[in-house]
Amino acid sequence: MVRGKVKLILCLIVVMTLIMTACSGQSDTVETEKKILINGSTSVQPLIEELASAYKEKHPGAIIDIQSGGSGVGIKSAIEGVVDIGMSSRELKSDEKMLKEFRIATDGIAVILNPENPINDLTIEQLKKIYTGEITNWKEVGGKDATITVVTREEGSGTRGAFTELIGVEEILNSSITQGSTGGVMTAVGSDENAIGYASYGSVKNSANLKIISIDGIPCDEENIYSGAYKISRPFLMVTKEEPTGIAKDFIDFILSDEGQQIVEDNNYLKTNR
Amino acid sequence: MRKLNDIKIITSSRIKERVAFFLLWIFSIFTAIILVLIVSDIIIKGAPHISLDFLLEEPRKMGKEGGVFSVIVSTIYIVVLSIIFAAPIGVAASVYLAEYAKESTMLNIIRFGTEALAGIPSIIYGLFGYSFFVFFLDLKYSILSGALTLTLMILPTIIKTSEEAIKAVPKSYREGSLALGATKLQTIRKIIIPDAIPGILTGLILGIGRVVGESAAVLYTAGSSLGIPDSIFRPGRTLSVHLYTLASEGISIENTYATAVILIALVFIINFSANTLINRIFIARRR
Amino acid sequence: MRLSERIIEKMLVICAAIALLGIAVIAVFITKEGWPIISKIGIKAFFLGKDWTPTKGVYGIFPMIIGSIYVTIGALAIGVPIGISCAIYLAEIASPKVSAIIKPGIELLAGIPSVIYGLYGMTVIVPIIRDLFGNQGFSVLAGSIVLGIMILPTIINISKDSIEAVPKEYKEGSLALGSSHWQAIIKVILPSARSGIISSIILGMARAVGETMAVIMITGNSTMIPESILSPVRTLTGNIGIEMGYASGEHQKALFATGIVLFIFIMCLNLLAKLIPKKAGA
Repeated sequence: MVRGKVKLILCLIVVMTLIMTACSGQSDTVETEKKILINGSTSVQPLIEELASAYKEKHPGAIIDIQSGGSGVGIKSAIEGVVDIGMSSRELKSDEKMLKEFRIATDGIAVILNPENPINDLTIEQLKKIYTGEITNWKEVGGKDATITVVTREEGSGTRGAFTELIGVEEILNSSITQGSTGGVMTAVGSDENAIGYASYGSVKNSANLKIISIDGIPCDEENIYSGAYKISRPFLMVTKEEPTGIAKDFIDFILSDEGQQIVEDNNYLKTNR
Repeated sequence: MRKLNDIKIITSSRIKERVAFFLLWIFSIFTAIILVLIVSDIIIKGAPHISLDFLLEEPRKMGKEGGVFSVIVSTIYIVVLSIIFAAPIGVAASVYLAEYAKESTMLNIIRFGTEALAGIPSIIYGLFGYSFFVFFLDLKYSILSGALTLTLMILPTIIKTSEEAIKAVPKSYREGSLALGATKLQTIRKIIIPDAIPGILTGLILGIGRVVGESAAVLYTAGSSLGIPDSIFRPGRTLSVHLYTLASEGISIENTYATAVILIALVFIINFSANTLINRIFIARRR
Repeated sequence: MRLSERIIEKMLVICAAIALLGIAVIAVFITKEGWPIISKIGIKAFFLGKDWTPTKGVYGIFPMIIGSIYVTIGALAIGVPIGISCAIYLAEIASPKVSAIIKPGIELLAGIPSVIYGLYGMTVIVPIIRDLFGNQGFSVLAGSIVLGIMILPTIINISKDSIEAVPKEYKEGSLALGSSHWQAIIKVILPSARSGIISSIILGMARAVGETMAVIMITGNSTMIPESILSPVRTLTGNIGIEMGYASGEHQKALFATGIVLFIFIMCLNLLAKLIPKKAGA
């Protein structure tokens, strides 16, 4: 008795799912024009998610799939045509310049400390030495007598690439704690008094359990990032293989429009045109 | 004099035994305590944030706000699809191993393959699924890629439990059926499998449990896009992947724990069903 | 009739072979992707290289090999004593009532997804270590503790089965000769169950080596050779897991190469676990 019922239920599930997948398989082919795939930088991703929601409200039926993967992957995927748009949080290198690039925002890389840390400013030199391991104790820069916990992003991260290039670090010390994302860095620094890290300004700006310090006396805020006084900043780029068409073009236009740029600003990034 | 010595020996070994047993007991209780600690930590921190809204709303702001509806849907899709692939193959394989195969090198090689598959760590499955399904077969990040990868992963579990279930069917059933003139296949179809169904189901349920809890393999095959996938060719984020993302990115502590609670609840339900089924088999067999 | 039966029987064989096919394809693909980089930079440079700097094209996985070894040994140091004790207790001493409580507990422990262990490790164990020792918390120790807990079910279940499989006569004989229960356990039962227990340890080791998600969340993923159990560390699995989402080209191939190492190592462990019972003449 039980066995019969169980078999029946199993058959029902199988049949139901087959129907479901068969139907959806069909709708997939019909809808390819209304679907775009984006991947790339995790720094840019939250912003694109917001922009995509706003866009989808105006264009219901548009399908925008957003994956992470890092700037490196985003750029490569765009080059290979695997995605419609790639997200990058660093400038394109010379051998990547064949892509079409659209600068959608500017983002500062904030250097963050735990609120318990009394330090409020570091020079680029000191920052560099902390990250290469030359300076290992907070007291060497005027802080407590405690070992510095250096937190960094993983290799391949656009944020890491931009950071190391902008402050002139060749190799980050290998006892640093590696986190795989902006959020990971924020969590690590927020829970360790003696930690230092770097992350997208837009993401950390309103964070209650982090302290953003100034570099060379210049505070990290919109004005200074925009004027270039705060030196550690990088562009957010949307890159495509060819001139974008269809939804991809429409979406990028939307992002560059006033409405899109307002969303950029609302999320603590800098608009491209002020 | 002798008696005193004997008593001393007996007492000292008694003491040793008492001490040893006590230590063993402590360690065992410790194991149970660990479980309680972990589960209660998660539930205490997560249960307050679970509501019907949480279950039915879509995630917003990368999971900071909103619920986990699309995540649950993606998880269900991937589970169902994996089982659809793995169940027939697994049961068929176990039928072969239990009923047809003779001891031979061929058999040993096949068995070796099954056991080897069981030992592979999930990240290797992730790597493989990524290079084979996502890129080589160009299925891209999709529920399908994830399900195919997971199928391979749970195949050993299903084969093993099903094989045991089939082997447990009393010989008399088989002999009786054959004596009545049925062919081997008919016997298998109508007598053996129906009797082994509870065992087979247990294996399937355990497989489901494994799929639900898997993250490394799924992350690199089914992707991490939020949103309800409208076909198996779209990427989707499962519960475990969502939990990993929320936790390691520190997006929202409350939602992290809430998601964890849902995951644990699912796992408990799955385990419970599997256990109840096993018990039913025992009771039924005793009849 | 006969023909359709034959066809179905052939299909059954094919299904059975799919597992074998699967593993072959997996091995082929991982090797295909990963081997080029090993041959490019040389086996020695890859295995013994102390620097892992993909952006400069430097791929040395030695720190990760050491990392995996340290963390695994730590996990065994925690999991084996507790696990075997639990197995002995459950098999020999526990009353049915106590068994009824502990056994489901172990199964649930086995079913908990690794991300949840990672979450717990990250939010409870790492801060505790940080407070106790004044370091950054992410460490070999954290990894060992969490992995030790994760391998408990494996060790307990397999050890328990082999203890229970020891013929009753051994124990009864020992008791009849005047030994205490404990002496019977130590001198008779455990030695007989030895091969099974060793298998369980090896399988536990394989599980610990293969764990990824939980490890990434609690070990800090540093690329240095760990100096102590309080150092942050990166395991082979962590190496793949943390950079996989971002790697491309050569870097990605290097991760596959790491995968080859893992794959071979775990296959060997599994083979070893299988061969031992045969050798001991179980």
